[in-house]
Amino acid sequence: MTATDRTAEEGAPGTRRKLIAGPGILLVWLYGVMVVGAVSRSVFQIATDFDRAPLAYSLSALAGVVYGFITYSLVRGGDRARRAALVCCAAELVGVLIVGTWTLLEPSAFPDTTVWSDYGRGYLFIPVLLPVTGMLWLRRARTA
Amino acid sequence: MLDALTIATGVAALALAAWCGFAAYRDQRTMDWHFLGMAVVSLLAVVQLVVGIVQLARGEKPAQGTAIFVAYLLGAFACVPAAGFMSLAERSRWGSLTVSAGGVVLAVLEVRLFDIWGG
Repeated sequence: MTATDRTAEEGAPGTRRKLIAGPGILLVWLYGVMVVGAVSRSVFQIATDFDRAPLAYSLSALAGVVYGFITYSLVRGGDRARRAALVCCAAELVGVLIVGTWTLLEPSAFPDTTVWSDYGRGYLFIPVLLPVTGMLWLRRARTA
Repeated sequence: MLDALTIATGVAALALAAWCGFAAYRDQRTMDWHFLGMAVVSLLAVVQLVVGIVQLARGEKPAQGTAIFVAYLLGAFACVPAAGFMSLAERSRWGSLTVSAGGVVLAVLEVRLFDIWGG
């Protein structure tokens, strides 16, 4: 990004809006935990046993990538990152709802669980709660 | 030995979570004694990591696989220090709440470790 872009986006260099102040720090922590959980789990499963449940493991990997991007956006801050994170939180919510419903309706498609199975029950339902709180926080941060 | 350590670390992590959660409830940032508490819990996790690796070196096998066991040991080791550093960056009740969440995450990891080791 060039200096002019930065000026146009945030007013002046160094004043990029912080998204990790206050409640944001808790979101970053929870997203960070989910990144480690989803990425390490899918790497391990894809490396050792991909053929057993290719769909489930690929979805876990995708979830890990989305979590990683949201975490990065939150840490980076700024209005563009805020919008990008907002879109990803929405995508994440849609993903967890679709996959969660799918695992309940047709368990046979998933011989092994994903991060998003049963709406994230294996992860204390954090996967379904996190995008909702994330979107609320990101919407509020716009006016802060 | 390892099971006792896992239980002790899990209980300590929950105590830390309750303590820092209480601090957040009272609108307090993390203070020196909170960091002392985090140090104690982290020390337990380090001891657990070392004992776990020694057990593996002696040829014992975790019920659910060595790679998963080591990954969870490392995660448990990093969990509370990471949350502690984040509470240094955010000097408000939200920093305390982050450490509290870190304690809960560690307790969950300990439950999983118990299963991974024992079956």
